[in-house]
Amino acid sequence: MVAFYSPFAIRYSPMQIIGQDLVCERGGRTVFHDVSFMVNRHELLQLTGPNGSGKSSLLRMIAGLNDPAAGTLNLDGGHADLTIGQQAHLIAHQEAVKLALTVAENLAFWAGFLGGGDVGNALAALDLTRLAHYPAGLLSAGQKRRLSLARLVLVPRLLWLLDEPTVGLDTASQQRLAGMMTEHLAKGGMIIAATHVALGLEPARRLDLGPRA
Amino acid sequence: MSLILALIRRDLTLAFRQGGGVGTALGFFLTVVVLLPIGLGPDQALLQRLAPGALWIALLLAVLLSADRIFQQDYEDGSLDIMAMGPMPLELVALAKAIAHWLASSLPLAVAAPLLGFLINLDPAAILPLALAMGLGSVALSLLASIGAAVTVGLRRGGLLVSLLILPLYVPVLIFGVSASTAPGAGPDIATPSLLILSAMALASLVLSPLAAAAALRSYLK
Amino acid sequence: MQTLANPARFVGLANAVLPFVWVATIILFAIGLYGAIVTSPPDYQQGETVRIMFVHVPAAWLALMVYTVMALASAVAIVFRHPLADVAAKTAAPIGATFTFLALATGSLWGKPMWGAWWVWDARLTSMFVLFLLYIGYMAVWQAIDEPHRAALVARIVALVGFVNIPIVKFSVTWWNSLHQPASVFRIDGPTIAPSMLWPLLVMGLAYTLLFLALHLVSIRAEVTARKIRQMRLAEIGER
Repeated sequence: MVAFYSPFAIRYSPMQIIGQDLVCERGGRTVFHDVSFMVNRHELLQLTGPNGSGKSSLLRMIAGLNDPAAGTLNLDGGHADLTIGQQAHLIAHQEAVKLALTVAENLAFWAGFLGGGDVGNALAALDLTRLAHYPAGLLSAGQKRRLSLARLVLVPRLLWLLDEPTVGLDTASQQRLAGMMTEHLAKGGMIIAATHVALGLEPARRLDLGPRA
Repeated sequence: MSLILALIRRDLTLAFRQGGGVGTALGFFLTVVVLLPIGLGPDQALLQRLAPGALWIALLLAVLLSADRIFQQDYEDGSLDIMAMGPMPLELVALAKAIAHWLASSLPLAVAAPLLGFLINLDPAAILPLALAMGLGSVALSLLASIGAAVTVGLRRGGLLVSLLILPLYVPVLIFGVSASTAPGAGPDIATPSLLILSAMALASLVLSPLAAAAALRSYLK
Repeated sequence: MQTLANPARFVGLANAVLPFVWVATIILFAIGLYGAIVTSPPDYQQGETVRIMFVHVPAAWLALMVYTVMALASAVAIVFRHPLADVAAKTAAPIGATFTFLALATGSLWGKPMWGAWWVWDARLTSMFVLFLLYIGYMAVWQAIDEPHRAALVARIVALVGFVNIPIVKFSVTWWNSLHQPASVFRIDGPTIAPSMLWPLLVMGLAYTLLFLALHLVSIRAEVTARKIRQMRLAEIGER
C-alpha cells in the first residue's frame, strides 16, 4: 500500500505550528482564552495546567476535532492540501483499541486506514511482538496503552499530539516512549504533549494553561 | 476505495467475532414472527393475508434493535476521533459503517424472512417478490438507521430515542416494501412500481444518510 | 437583519411588536369565529359539524407551516451559524406540535359523525400523525442532550432530515391509502367550497398564523432569557 503522504520528504525545510489568541468554549463556558504558542520542527512543546484547564481540549483543537471560538491555528510550511489533523497523530485517554481484534489486527487496520505502515516494526518498537496474536481484550491497561502508542511508529506523521502518554506505563516502557520521541524530534518531527510528569526528555518549549481565569 | 473496504472488513470481523449482533437480531425476528399467530389466532387465511406486512414490521424492529450500535463503540473507544482526523472524509466513514451494518445485520434478516414466512403461511408466489423487496429495502433501512445512530451516539440512553427518530423515516419504506412484496395475481401490478420506488428510496438514502450522519457525528466529536 | 442578529436587541424588538400582534390576533379570531359560527351556512351534507373545519383546517396548515419555519431556521443556523436561529427552531417545535395535536384531535372529532369512528387511517390523518412523531422526536433531541450548544448542532440535522421526509411520507401514505380504500373515501375538503365558508376559513388561517407569531416571539424571548441566566450561573461557578 502506498504511503498516504511522506511527512519527512522535505527534511530541511522549516515548518512551524502557530496558534494565536485561541479561545476554547465548551457548553457556553470559556475553558481558556488568549492562548498563543509556537512549535518548530525538532521541538517538543509541553503543556501543563491543572485539571479542567483545557489541555485535552487544546490538543483536540489542534487535531481539528473542535473549532476554536476565536483565534487562529496554522501550520506554516506543511503539506498544503492536508489539514493539520491529517498530518498528526492524537494519542488520547481513549485508546482506540478494538478488544475483539488481535493486537496485530488492530495495527493492521490502522495501517490500512491511515495510509500504510509496517506492523511488525511497530510491534517491535513497543515490545508487543510476543503478544501480536492475542486478542487485545486480554491485554493489561499498560499493554493496551502501548498498543495505542504503536500507532505513532506504525504510520509516520509530522506532528504528535500526546495527552498524558505515560499513564499506565512501567519504567521500561516510559524509557522506550522517551526514545521514540527523541528519534521523532531528531527526524524533524514536532510533538505537543500534555502531561503532569517528566517525559524523560527536556521540552524545548512550555505552555502553562494555568489556573482558570 | 480500499480504505472503505478496510473499514467494512473490520466492522464485519467485529460483528461476527463479538457475537450477540446477528444472532440476537435473528432470534428477535423469529420471536416476533412466532408471537404473531399466537396473538392473532391460527387462522391460515388471515395469516396469509397479513404475512408480508408482518414480516416487514418484524424486520424493521429487528434492524432498529441493532441500529444504535453502529457508531457507539467507535465513539466510546476513540476510534472515531482518529477516523475523523484521517484521510477519509467522515461521510465515507459513515457510509462504510452503514454498509457494514447492512451486511452484518439487515441482509441476514432479509434472507431469513422468506424462511420465517413458512411459519405464518406466506403465499409461495410471494416469496420471490418479498426476498427482492427486502433485499433492496434493507439497504435503505440500514442507511436510515445510521442517521439515528449518529444523532444519538453520545447519549447514554440513546436506544429509545433512535426508535422515535427513525420510525417516521421508515414509514415510506414499509409502505412500498409491503406493496412490493405482494404475489403477482389478478388486478393491476403494484409490485413492480413499488419495487422501483423502493430502489429510488435506497439510492436517495445512499446519498443523503452519510451526509446527515457525518454532520451529527462531527457535533459529538467537538 | 443586523438588528435581529443581536439577541438583546431582538428581545427589545419583540417587546415593542408583541402588543400589536396580540391585538391583531384577537381581532382576527373574533371576525373569523363570527364568520365561522354565525354567517356561514351549515353544510347540506354534513350539517353543523362542518364548523369543525374552521378549527381543524387552519391547525393543519399551521402544523406544516411551523415545521417549515423550523427547518428554515435550522438551515439558516447551519449556513450563518447564528444562535438566534437555533433558538427560533427550538421554540417553534412545541407550538407546532400543539397545532398538529389540535389538527389530529379535531380531525378525530370530525371523524366520529362523518365516518362513524373516532379514528380512521385516512391519508391526511396518517401523515399528520407522522408529522406529530417528527415534532416529538425533534423535541426529544433537545431534551436528551444536556449541553445546549451540542443539542443545537444535532437538532438542526434532525429538523432537516424530517423536513425531507415529510413530502415522501405524504406521497407514500396517499399511495398506501388509495391501495387499501379505493375511491369511496370521504374527502375532508371538497374541491369546491362556498365563498360564505371560504372567507371565514381564510381569516381563521390568518388568525392562527398571527397566534403562532405571538407565541413564537414570547417563547424566543423566554429562551433567550433562560440562556442568559445559564450563562451568568456558569460565569459565577467559573469565578470561584
